[in-house]
Amino acid sequence: MSPVFTKSLNAICLWIDQTPLSQAIQVTSWVVPAVQTVHILAIAVVASSALMIDLRLIGIFWADRPMKDVFSRFLPLVWWPLLILVATGAIMIIGEPARSLKNPAFQLKMLLLVTALIVTGLLQFFQRQNATFGDLRSGPQPLAVTVAIVSMLLWSAIIFAGRWIAYYA
Amino acid sequence: MEIDRALGWLQATPVAKAISENELLFPWIESVHVLSIVLVVGTISIVDLRLLGVASLDRSARHLMQDVLPFTWGAFVVAAITGSLMFSSDAVNYAHNFFFRGKLVLLALAGLNMAVFHLVGIGNVAQWGVTRQTPLPAKAAAAVSLLVWVTVVAFGRGIGFTMH
Repeated sequence: MSPVFTKSLNAICLWIDQTPLSQAIQVTSWVVPAVQTVHILAIAVVASSALMIDLRLIGIFWADRPMKDVFSRFLPLVWWPLLILVATGAIMIIGEPARSLKNPAFQLKMLLLVTALIVTGLLQFFQRQNATFGDLRSGPQPLAVTVAIVSMLLWSAIIFAGRWIAYYA
Repeated sequence: MEIDRALGWLQATPVAKAISENELLFPWIESVHVLSIVLVVGTISIVDLRLLGVASLDRSARHLMQDVLPFTWGAFVVAAITGSLMFSSDAVNYAHNFFFRGKLVLLALAGLNMAVFHLVGIGNVAQWGVTRQTPLPAKAAAAVSLLVWVTVVAFGRGIGFTMH
């Protein structure tokens, strides 16, 4: 990374660290584990909902049901818990800015997250454009299966990168 | 204590020593553990919410359980294996950790709740399992399940913050 970027990142971390909110989180020992618990529960909802959609695209879950039903049941649960994830993630960043923002595992996680969200958006786009997207009558569709596998790999990698934040600190 | 001696033997086994001595092994196993537990909790809540009458109401409860629970069990097996591996690496200390003990009790509770539900609660699932409505015992079991699994995650995090 460029020296300018590193310097401003350091400044940002230092500034966050000095805020009253950050100080309050730092001295209250139960906040981080409690917030992490909520974070993991929200990830459970997102990852499992994405998995159900992906498994349907591959043809091993709800194969007897139209894709439309699967999307309407599970897609909102990929998007909405992101609000909880951003909020709890923000609390963790404010509590320990340098440990997260300057952490390669965290930076990778954010990159993977953006990619996963784009892939989810693509899925939604394909579904809207093409009513037969994910239709299994003539077998699983190569495009649908590819996107599903990429999605599963991305969400798994996000969870892995999240855990590795603790080991790069 | 006798049990501490057995646990001491466990953490001296080659596999346990490899996990405690290798810097990369533990985080990798832990990552798989988190991924699998996330899928256990997420998928079981799909079933619980159906039993509570909150979601997936266009699918019969009986069908939904057949659709989803195999994935829950698959993930649970992986979580149990990875959990056991992490436990073996520092068995004596884990065994004396409040949150670890609590997590085991909670897992036993989850198992008991499930056993009672399957033995008693869904006896006539062939009848109620195809309707939108679910009987009160099924709702109660689902509520207990949700509560227990949320607490399992909290206790799991508690272990992380009180060990090492």
